[in-house]
Amino acid sequence: MTRFRALVACAAIALAGLRADAADPLSDYHRMLADDNPAELAVARGQELWQTPRGPRNRTLEGCDLGLGPGVVKGAYAVLPRYFADTGSVMDVESRLVHCMVTIQGFRQDELTAAPFSERDAPQTDLEVLAAYVAEQSRGATIRVSQSLAPEVQSYERGRALFFRRAGPYDFSCASCHGLDGKRIRLQQLPNLTRPEGARTAFGHWPAYRVSQGAVRTMQWRLSDCVRQERLPELIFGSPASIDLTTYLGVLASGGAMDAPSLRR
Amino acid sequence: MRAAPIGLAVIVAVAGCAAARPASEPPDLAAAIAASFRARGQAGLDRLQQSELQRECSRPQPDPLPADMQERLQKQALQTVRFPDDARWLGDWKRGEAIAQSGSGLQHSDPPAAARGGGCYGCHQLSGSEISYGTLGPSLYRYLERNGAGADAMQRTWARIWNPHTVNACSIMPRFGDGGILTPDQIRDVMALLFDPQSPVNR
Repeated sequence: MTRFRALVACAAIALAGLRADAADPLSDYHRMLADDNPAELAVARGQELWQTPRGPRNRTLEGCDLGLGPGVVKGAYAVLPRYFADTGSVMDVESRLVHCMVTIQGFRQDELTAAPFSERDAPQTDLEVLAAYVAEQSRGATIRVSQSLAPEVQSYERGRALFFRRAGPYDFSCASCHGLDGKRIRLQQLPNLTRPEGARTAFGHWPAYRVSQGAVRTMQWRLSDCVRQERLPELIFGSPASIDLTTYLGVLASGGAMDAPSLRR
Repeated sequence: MRAAPIGLAVIVAVAGCAAARPASEPPDLAAAIAASFRARGQAGLDRLQQSELQRECSRPQPDPLPADMQERLQKQALQTVRFPDDARWLGDWKRGEAIAQSGSGLQHSDPPAAARGGGCYGCHQLSGSEISYGTLGPSLYRYLERNGAGADAMQRTWARIWNPHTVNACSIMPRFGDGGILTPDQIRDVMALLFDPQSPVNR
Protein backbone atom coordinates (compact mmCIF):
# COMPACT_ATOMS: atom_id res chain seq x y z
CA MET A 1 0.00 0.00 0.00
CA THR A 2 2.80 2.36 0.98
CA ARG A 3 4.68 1.40 -2.13
CA PHE A 4 1.55 2.05 -4.17
CA ARG A 5 1.20 5.49 -2.62
CA ALA A 6 4.83 6.24 -3.35
CA LEU A 7 4.30 5.16 -6.93
CA VAL A 8 1.27 7.41 -7.28
CA ALA A 9 3.23 10.28 -5.77
CA CYS A 10 6.10 9.68 -8.20
CA ALA A 11 3.70 9.55 -11.11
CA ALA A 12 2.10 12.78 -9.93
CA ILE A 13 5.48 14.49 -9.69
CA ALA A 14 6.46 13.21 -13.12
CA LEU A 15 3.16 14.44 -14.55
CA ALA A 16 3.59 17.81 -12.88
CA GLY A 17 7.02 18.02 -14.45
CA LEU A 18 5.59 17.19 -17.87
CA ARG A 19 2.89 19.77 -17.43
CA ALA A 20 5.40 22.41 -16.44
CA ASP A 21 7.35 21.68 -19.61
CA ALA A 22 4.18 21.69 -21.68
CA ALA A 23 3.25 25.04 -20.20
CA ASP A 24 6.34 26.58 -21.71
CA PRO A 25 7.77 24.45 -24.51
CA LEU A 26 10.39 27.13 -25.10
CA SER A 27 11.66 27.22 -21.52
CA ASP A 28 14.67 25.00 -22.24
CA TYR A 29 15.35 26.98 -25.36
CA HIS A 30 15.19 30.20 -23.34
CA ARG A 31 17.57 28.82 -20.71
CA MET A 32 19.96 27.62 -23.41
CA LEU A 33 20.14 31.01 -25.04
CA ALA A 34 19.79 33.16 -21.94
CA ASP A 35 23.54 33.73 -21.67
CA ASP A 36 23.80 34.51 -25.32
CA ASN A 37 20.97 36.92 -26.08
CA PRO A 38 21.54 38.76 -29.38
CA ALA A 39 19.83 41.75 -27.72
CA GLU A 40 23.27 42.44 -26.15
CA LEU A 41 24.35 43.88 -29.49
CA ALA A 42 21.41 46.28 -29.41
CA VAL A 43 22.19 47.19 -25.79
CA ALA A 44 25.82 48.00 -26.68
CA ARG A 45 24.73 50.05 -29.66
CA GLY A 46 22.15 51.85 -27.50
CA GLN A 47 24.76 52.73 -24.89
CA GLU A 48 27.02 54.08 -27.63
CA LEU A 49 24.18 56.23 -29.00
CA TRP A 50 23.36 57.45 -25.49
CA GLN A 51 26.94 58.65 -24.94
CA THR A 52 27.71 60.01 -28.40
CA PRO A 53 27.08 63.67 -29.30
CA ARG A 54 24.43 63.52 -32.03
CA GLY A 55 21.70 65.47 -33.77
CA PRO A 56 21.59 69.07 -35.02
CA ARG A 57 22.77 70.27 -31.60
CA ASN A 58 25.52 67.67 -31.36
CA ARG A 59 24.71 66.70 -27.79
CA THR A 60 24.67 63.39 -25.95
CA LEU A 61 21.59 62.03 -24.14
CA GLU A 62 23.47 61.96 -20.85
CA GLY A 63 21.39 64.88 -19.56
CA CYS A 64 18.11 63.15 -20.39
CA ASP A 65 15.69 62.91 -17.44
CA LEU A 66 13.96 59.52 -17.60
CA GLY A 67 12.13 60.21 -14.37
CA LEU A 68 14.84 59.68 -11.77
CA GLY A 69 16.68 62.91 -12.55
CA PRO A 70 18.86 64.12 -15.45
CA GLY A 71 21.33 61.46 -16.56
CA VAL A 72 20.01 58.68 -14.29
CA VAL A 73 19.41 55.57 -16.39
CA LYS A 74 19.79 52.88 -13.75
CA GLY A 75 16.37 51.70 -12.58
CA ALA A 76 14.48 54.20 -14.76
CA TYR A 77 12.76 51.61 -16.95
CA ALA A 78 11.14 50.03 -13.89
CA VAL A 79 9.32 53.23 -12.84
CA LEU A 80 7.85 54.28 -16.19
CA PRO A 81 5.27 55.31 -17.33
CA ARG A 82 5.01 58.28 -14.96
CA TYR A 83 3.93 61.91 -15.02
CA PHE A 84 6.48 64.46 -16.23
CA ALA A 85 5.93 68.07 -15.19
CA ASP A 86 7.98 69.43 -18.12
CA THR A 87 5.54 68.03 -20.68
CA GLY A 88 2.48 67.90 -18.42
CA SER A 89 1.83 64.31 -19.48
CA VAL A 90 2.34 60.68 -18.54
CA MET A 91 5.13 59.18 -20.66
CA ASP A 92 6.61 55.74 -21.18
CA VAL A 93 10.28 55.02 -21.86
CA GLU A 94 9.94 55.20 -25.61
CA SER A 95 8.00 58.48 -25.75
CA ARG A 96 10.42 59.96 -23.18
CA LEU A 97 13.39 58.95 -25.35
CA VAL A 98 11.78 60.77 -28.28
CA HIS A 99 11.24 63.80 -26.03
CA CYS A 100 14.93 63.85 -25.05
CA MET A 101 16.15 63.38 -28.62
CA VAL A 102 13.96 66.31 -29.70
CA THR A 103 14.61 68.71 -26.82
CA ILE A 104 18.28 67.91 -26.16
CA GLN A 105 19.66 66.79 -29.49
CA GLY A 106 17.36 68.76 -31.78
CA PHE A 107 16.01 65.85 -33.81
CA ARG A 108 12.57 66.30 -35.37
CA GLN A 109 9.77 64.39 -33.66
CA ASP A 110 7.95 63.51 -36.89
CA GLU A 111 11.15 62.07 -38.35
CA LEU A 112 11.89 60.00 -35.23
CA THR A 113 8.40 58.54 -35.03
CA ALA A 114 7.73 58.04 -38.76
CA ALA A 115 9.30 54.56 -38.64
CA PRO A 116 10.04 53.71 -34.99
CA PHE A 117 10.34 49.94 -35.58
CA SER A 118 12.90 48.35 -37.88
CA GLU A 119 11.71 46.53 -40.97
CA ARG A 120 12.52 42.85 -41.35
CA ASP A 121 16.26 42.28 -42.00
CA ALA A 122 16.94 46.01 -41.65
CA PRO A 123 19.19 47.45 -38.91
CA GLN A 124 17.52 48.25 -35.59
CA THR A 125 16.25 51.82 -35.26
CA ASP A 126 17.91 54.25 -32.85
CA LEU A 127 14.80 54.17 -30.66
CA GLU A 128 14.88 50.37 -30.44
CA VAL A 129 18.53 50.17 -29.36
CA LEU A 130 18.13 53.05 -26.91
CA ALA A 131 15.09 51.33 -25.35
CA ALA A 132 17.13 48.10 -25.12
CA TYR A 133 19.97 49.95 -23.36
CA VAL A 134 17.65 51.70 -20.91
CA ALA A 135 15.89 48.41 -20.12
CA GLU A 136 19.21 46.61 -19.55
CA GLN A 137 20.09 49.27 -16.99
CA SER A 138 16.99 48.23 -15.01
CA ARG A 139 17.61 44.49 -15.04
CA GLY A 140 16.69 43.15 -11.61
CA ALA A 141 15.03 46.40 -10.54
CA THR A 142 11.59 46.17 -8.92
CA ILE A 143 8.78 47.48 -11.10
CA ARG A 144 7.12 50.42 -9.37
CA VAL A 145 4.81 52.36 -11.66
CA SER A 146 3.57 55.38 -9.75
CA GLN A 147 -0.08 56.07 -8.97
CA SER A 148 0.56 59.02 -6.68
CA LEU A 149 -0.55 61.79 -9.07
CA ALA A 150 -4.00 62.28 -10.60
CA PRO A 151 -2.79 62.05 -14.24
CA GLU A 152 -1.14 58.71 -13.41
CA VAL A 153 -4.35 57.35 -11.89
CA GLN A 154 -6.33 58.60 -14.90
CA SER A 155 -3.84 56.94 -17.24
CA TYR A 156 -4.33 53.64 -15.41
CA GLU A 157 -8.12 53.98 -15.50
CA ARG A 158 -8.11 54.67 -19.24
CA GLY A 159 -5.66 51.84 -19.81
CA ARG A 160 -7.88 49.41 -17.93
CA ALA A 161 -10.95 50.51 -19.90
CA LEU A 162 -8.98 50.18 -23.16
CA PHE A 163 -7.79 46.72 -22.17
CA PHE A 164 -11.38 45.49 -21.97
CA ARG A 165 -12.78 47.61 -24.84
CA ARG A 166 -14.10 45.44 -27.64
CA ALA A 167 -14.22 46.85 -31.16
CA GLY A 168 -13.55 46.07 -34.81
CA PRO A 169 -14.79 43.33 -37.13
CA TYR A 170 -13.63 40.55 -34.75
CA ASP A 171 -15.10 42.19 -31.59
CA PHE A 172 -11.70 41.76 -29.92
CA SER A 173 -10.27 43.49 -26.87
CA CYS A 174 -6.92 42.79 -25.21
CA ALA A 175 -8.89 40.73 -22.69
CA SER A 176 -10.22 38.42 -25.43
CA CYS A 177 -6.84 36.68 -25.49
CA HIS A 178 -5.25 37.91 -22.26
CA GLY A 179 -8.10 37.67 -19.74
CA LEU A 180 -7.82 34.04 -18.65
CA ASP A 181 -5.21 31.81 -17.01
CA GLY A 182 -3.39 29.03 -18.83
CA LYS A 183 -4.74 29.62 -22.34
CA ARG A 184 -2.88 29.64 -25.62
CA ILE A 185 -3.29 30.61 -29.27
CA ARG A 186 -2.09 27.70 -31.37
CA LEU A 187 0.92 26.67 -29.25
CA GLN A 188 1.71 30.16 -27.99
CA GLN A 189 1.10 30.65 -24.27
CA LEU A 190 -1.00 33.72 -23.43
CA PRO A 191 -0.21 35.57 -20.20
CA ASN A 192 -3.31 36.62 -18.26
CA LEU A 193 -2.71 40.36 -18.21
CA THR A 194 -5.52 41.05 -15.77
CA ARG A 195 -3.44 39.55 -12.95
CA PRO A 196 -0.11 40.58 -11.44
CA GLU A 197 1.70 37.34 -12.37
CA GLY A 198 0.85 37.65 -16.06
CA ALA A 199 1.42 41.40 -16.13
CA ARG A 200 4.87 40.92 -14.55
CA THR A 201 5.81 38.40 -17.22
CA ALA A 202 4.74 40.78 -19.96
CA PHE A 203 5.98 44.08 -18.52
CA GLY A 204 9.23 42.69 -17.15
CA HIS A 205 10.33 41.01 -20.38
CA TRP A 206 10.01 43.77 -22.96
CA PRO A 207 11.98 44.91 -24.91
CA ALA A 208 12.83 41.43 -26.14
CA TYR A 209 14.92 39.84 -28.85
CA ARG A 210 12.24 38.22 -30.98
CA VAL A 211 13.80 35.07 -32.44
CA SER A 212 11.10 34.70 -35.12
CA GLN A 213 11.91 38.19 -36.37
CA GLY A 214 15.65 38.28 -35.68
CA ALA A 215 15.28 41.67 -34.02
CA VAL A 216 14.81 43.49 -30.75
CA ARG A 217 11.19 44.54 -30.35
CA THR A 218 9.91 47.06 -27.82
CA MET A 219 6.76 47.35 -25.70
CA GLN A 220 5.35 49.91 -28.14
CA TRP A 221 5.87 47.37 -30.92
CA ARG A 222 4.29 44.60 -28.84
CA LEU A 223 1.17 46.69 -28.28
CA SER A 224 0.90 47.84 -31.89
CA ASP A 225 1.20 44.28 -33.18
CA CYS A 226 -1.52 43.06 -30.79
CA VAL A 227 -3.74 45.91 -32.02
CA ARG A 228 -3.04 44.89 -35.65
CA GLN A 229 -4.15 41.34 -34.85
CA GLU A 230 -7.24 42.73 -33.16
CA ARG A 231 -8.13 44.01 -36.67
CA LEU A 232 -8.05 47.63 -35.49
CA PRO A 233 -6.41 50.58 -37.25
CA GLU A 234 -2.76 51.31 -36.52
CA LEU A 235 -1.90 52.23 -32.93
CA ILE A 236 0.16 55.43 -33.18
CA PHE A 237 3.66 55.23 -31.66
CA GLY A 238 3.74 56.95 -28.28
CA SER A 239 -0.01 57.71 -28.44
CA PRO A 240 -2.08 58.27 -25.27
CA ALA A 241 -3.74 54.84 -25.65
CA SER A 242 -0.37 53.08 -25.99
CA ILE A 243 0.96 54.79 -22.87
CA ASP A 244 -2.27 54.19 -20.92
CA LEU A 245 -2.16 50.47 -21.72
CA THR A 246 1.49 50.38 -20.59
CA THR A 247 0.53 52.18 -17.37
CA TYR A 248 -2.23 49.63 -16.74
CA LEU A 249 0.23 46.78 -17.24
CA GLY A 250 2.98 48.47 -15.24
CA VAL A 251 0.75 49.16 -12.25
CA LEU A 252 -0.46 45.54 -12.24
CA ALA A 253 3.14 44.37 -12.66
CA SER A 254 4.44 46.50 -9.79
CA GLY A 255 6.34 44.44 -7.26
CA GLY A 256 7.74 42.20 -9.99
CA ALA A 257 11.27 42.44 -11.38
CA MET A 258 12.55 43.78 -14.70
CA ASP A 259 14.39 41.15 -16.72
CA ALA A 260 14.74 42.78 -20.11
CA PRO A 261 15.84 42.67 -22.85
CA SER A 262 14.66 39.07 -22.78
CA LEU A 263 14.47 36.41 -25.43
CA ARG A 264 11.14 35.65 -27.03
CA ARG A 265 9.85 33.17 -29.60
CA MET B 1 -35.97 81.12 -34.29
CA ARG B 2 -35.09 78.27 -36.57
CA ALA B 3 -31.96 77.64 -34.53
CA ALA B 4 -33.96 76.40 -31.55
CA PRO B 5 -34.80 72.89 -32.84
CA ILE B 6 -31.18 72.40 -33.91
CA GLY B 7 -30.00 73.42 -30.45
CA LEU B 8 -32.45 71.00 -28.93
CA ALA B 9 -31.27 68.24 -31.24
CA VAL B 10 -27.68 68.84 -30.16
CA ILE B 11 -28.65 68.63 -26.50
CA VAL B 12 -30.57 65.39 -27.11
CA ALA B 13 -27.66 63.94 -29.08
CA VAL B 14 -25.15 64.84 -26.36
CA ALA B 15 -27.45 63.44 -23.65
CA GLY B 16 -27.80 60.29 -25.75
CA CYS B 17 -24.02 59.89 -25.97
CA ALA B 18 -23.65 60.41 -22.24
CA ALA B 19 -26.27 57.76 -21.58
CA ALA B 20 -24.54 55.33 -23.93
CA ARG B 21 -21.28 55.56 -22.03
CA PRO B 22 -21.07 52.88 -19.33
CA ALA B 23 -20.76 54.29 -15.84
CA SER B 24 -17.34 52.69 -15.43
CA GLU B 25 -15.86 54.32 -18.54
CA PRO B 26 -13.38 57.15 -17.86
CA PRO B 27 -14.73 60.46 -19.22
CA ASP B 28 -11.57 61.23 -21.21
CA LEU B 29 -11.32 57.79 -22.86
CA ALA B 30 -12.93 58.90 -26.12
CA ALA B 31 -10.43 61.74 -26.54
CA ALA B 32 -7.51 59.38 -25.88
CA ILE B 33 -8.82 56.94 -28.49
CA ALA B 34 -9.39 59.71 -31.03
CA ALA B 35 -5.73 60.76 -30.66
CA SER B 36 -4.23 57.27 -30.77
CA PHE B 37 -5.10 55.52 -34.02
CA ARG B 38 -4.38 56.04 -37.68
CA ALA B 39 -6.29 54.45 -40.59
CA ARG B 40 -4.11 51.94 -42.37
CA GLY B 41 -4.74 49.50 -45.21
CA GLN B 42 -8.26 48.19 -44.95
CA ALA B 43 -8.56 49.14 -41.26
CA GLY B 44 -10.33 52.50 -41.15
CA LEU B 45 -11.03 54.56 -38.05
CA ASP B 46 -14.70 53.50 -38.25
CA ARG B 47 -13.59 50.21 -36.71
CA LEU B 48 -13.11 52.00 -33.39
CA GLN B 49 -16.84 52.77 -33.14
CA GLN B 50 -18.56 50.31 -30.85
CA SER B 51 -21.89 48.58 -31.44
CA GLU B 52 -24.21 48.12 -28.46
CA LEU B 53 -23.03 44.52 -28.20
CA GLN B 54 -19.37 45.54 -28.16
CA ARG B 55 -20.04 48.24 -25.59
CA GLU B 56 -21.98 45.95 -23.27
CA CYS B 57 -19.30 43.28 -23.58
CA SER B 58 -16.49 45.69 -22.62
CA ARG B 59 -17.08 45.60 -18.88
CA PRO B 60 -13.79 45.31 -17.01
CA GLN B 61 -13.49 42.13 -14.92
CA PRO B 62 -15.02 41.23 -12.56
CA ASP B 63 -17.99 43.47 -13.44
CA PRO B 64 -20.63 40.90 -14.53
CA LEU B 65 -23.14 41.30 -17.36
CA PRO B 66 -26.61 41.83 -15.82
CA ALA B 67 -28.97 38.88 -16.48
CA ASP B 68 -31.54 41.00 -18.33
CA MET B 69 -28.83 42.41 -20.59
CA GLN B 70 -27.54 38.92 -21.30
CA GLU B 71 -31.02 37.87 -22.38
CA ARG B 72 -31.43 41.00 -24.52
CA LEU B 73 -28.10 40.50 -26.30
CA GLN B 74 -28.84 36.84 -26.99
CA LYS B 75 -32.28 37.67 -28.42
CA GLN B 76 -30.78 40.37 -30.61
CA ALA B 77 -28.06 37.98 -31.76
CA LEU B 78 -30.61 35.35 -32.73
CA GLN B 79 -32.32 37.87 -34.98
CA THR B 80 -29.10 38.36 -36.96
CA VAL B 81 -28.73 34.71 -37.96
CA ARG B 82 -29.48 33.91 -41.61
CA PHE B 83 -29.93 30.17 -42.04
CA PRO B 84 -29.44 28.65 -45.51
CA ASP B 85 -32.70 28.83 -47.53
CA ASP B 86 -32.30 25.32 -48.88
CA ALA B 87 -31.26 23.74 -45.56
CA ARG B 88 -28.01 22.79 -47.28
CA TRP B 89 -25.81 22.89 -44.20
CA LEU B 90 -22.65 21.18 -45.34
CA GLY B 91 -20.04 22.09 -47.95
CA ASP B 92 -16.60 20.57 -48.48
CA TRP B 93 -14.63 19.62 -45.35
CA LYS B 94 -11.28 19.98 -47.20
CA ARG B 95 -12.01 23.60 -47.94
CA GLY B 96 -13.30 23.88 -44.37
CA GLU B 97 -9.96 22.61 -43.05
CA ALA B 98 -8.10 25.27 -45.08
CA ILE B 99 -10.41 27.97 -43.69
CA ALA B 100 -9.88 26.65 -40.15
CA GLN B 101 -6.09 26.70 -40.63
CA SER B 102 -5.87 30.25 -41.98
CA GLY B 103 -5.89 33.10 -39.50
CA SER B 104 -5.48 35.87 -42.05
CA GLY B 105 -7.93 38.48 -43.17
CA LEU B 106 -9.12 41.94 -42.09
CA GLN B 107 -5.79 42.97 -40.51
CA HIS B 108 -4.37 46.23 -41.85
CA SER B 109 -1.44 44.14 -43.07
CA ASP B 110 -3.68 41.79 -45.10
CA PRO B 111 -4.45 42.45 -48.78
CA PRO B 112 -8.15 43.43 -48.76
CA ALA B 113 -9.02 41.14 -51.70
CA ALA B 114 -7.28 38.03 -50.32
CA ALA B 115 -9.41 35.10 -49.11
CA ARG B 116 -10.18 35.26 -45.41
CA GLY B 117 -9.63 32.48 -42.97
CA GLY B 118 -11.63 31.57 -39.91
CA GLY B 119 -8.58 31.03 -37.72
CA CYS B 120 -10.46 28.21 -35.95
CA TYR B 121 -7.26 26.39 -34.88
CA GLY B 122 -6.13 29.56 -33.13
CA CYS B 123 -8.59 28.74 -30.34
CA HIS B 124 -10.01 25.23 -30.91
CA GLN B 125 -8.78 21.68 -31.28
CA LEU B 126 -10.39 20.24 -34.43
CA SER B 127 -8.56 17.55 -36.41
CA GLY B 128 -6.86 14.94 -34.26
CA SER B 129 -3.67 15.18 -36.31
CA GLU B 130 -3.22 18.95 -35.91
CA ILE B 131 -1.37 19.42 -32.63
CA SER B 132 -0.90 23.18 -33.04
CA TYR B 133 -4.23 24.34 -31.71
CA GLY B 134 -5.26 26.96 -29.17
CA THR B 135 -7.27 26.49 -26.01
CA LEU B 136 -9.28 29.72 -25.73
CA GLY B 137 -12.30 27.81 -27.01
CA PRO B 138 -13.48 24.25 -26.27
CA SER B 139 -12.15 21.25 -28.20
CA LEU B 140 -14.26 20.41 -31.25
CA TYR B 141 -12.51 17.09 -31.87
CA ARG B 142 -15.05 14.30 -32.62
CA TYR B 143 -17.76 16.91 -33.06
CA LEU B 144 -20.11 14.55 -34.92
CA GLU B 145 -19.88 11.87 -32.24
CA ARG B 146 -20.66 14.42 -29.55
CA ASN B 147 -23.47 16.29 -31.30
CA GLY B 148 -24.98 13.92 -33.88
CA ALA B 149 -26.04 15.09 -37.33
CA GLY B 150 -29.65 16.02 -36.62
CA ALA B 151 -31.25 19.21 -37.97
CA ASP B 152 -31.20 20.61 -34.46
CA ALA B 153 -27.43 20.17 -34.08
CA MET B 154 -26.87 21.66 -37.54
CA GLN B 155 -29.01 24.67 -36.74
CA ARG B 156 -27.40 25.25 -33.34
CA THR B 157 -23.90 25.00 -34.77
CA TRP B 158 -24.68 27.27 -37.74
CA ALA B 159 -26.15 29.90 -35.38
CA ARG B 160 -23.11 29.65 -33.14
CA ILE B 161 -20.68 30.26 -36.00
CA TRP B 162 -22.87 33.00 -37.48
CA ASN B 163 -23.19 34.83 -34.15
CA PRO B 164 -21.87 33.14 -30.99
CA HIS B 165 -23.76 35.63 -28.80
CA THR B 166 -26.99 33.73 -29.61
CA VAL B 167 -26.20 31.23 -26.86
CA ASN B 168 -23.33 32.87 -25.03
CA ALA B 169 -23.66 36.66 -24.72
CA CYS B 170 -20.22 38.31 -24.69
CA SER B 171 -18.52 35.19 -26.01
CA ILE B 172 -14.96 36.06 -27.04
CA MET B 173 -15.51 34.36 -30.43
CA PRO B 174 -15.96 36.61 -33.49
CA ARG B 175 -19.33 36.76 -35.31
CA PHE B 176 -18.19 34.98 -38.45
CA GLY B 177 -21.51 35.29 -40.32
CA ASP B 178 -23.07 38.39 -38.80
CA GLY B 179 -19.74 40.22 -38.88
CA GLY B 180 -19.23 39.35 -42.56
CA ILE B 181 -15.90 37.65 -41.83
CA LEU B 182 -16.77 34.43 -43.69
CA THR B 183 -19.26 33.97 -46.54
CA PRO B 184 -22.22 31.56 -46.12
CA ASP B 185 -20.40 29.14 -48.45
CA GLN B 186 -17.27 29.27 -46.27
CA ILE B 187 -19.44 28.59 -43.23
CA ARG B 188 -20.89 25.57 -45.03
CA ASP B 189 -17.33 24.31 -45.54
CA VAL B 190 -16.49 24.79 -41.85
CA MET B 191 -19.75 23.02 -40.96
CA ALA B 192 -18.61 20.09 -43.13
CA LEU B 193 -15.31 19.99 -41.25
CA LEU B 194 -17.35 19.58 -38.05
CA PHE B 195 -20.08 17.19 -39.27
CA ASP B 196 -18.75 15.20 -42.25
CA PRO B 197 -17.92 11.63 -41.14
CA GLN B 198 -14.90 11.72 -43.52
CA SER B 199 -13.51 14.92 -41.95
CA PRO B 200 -10.32 14.52 -39.84
CA VAL B 201 -12.32 16.00 -36.95
CA ASN B 202 -14.39 12.82 -36.90
CA ARG B 203 -12.02 10.14 -38.14
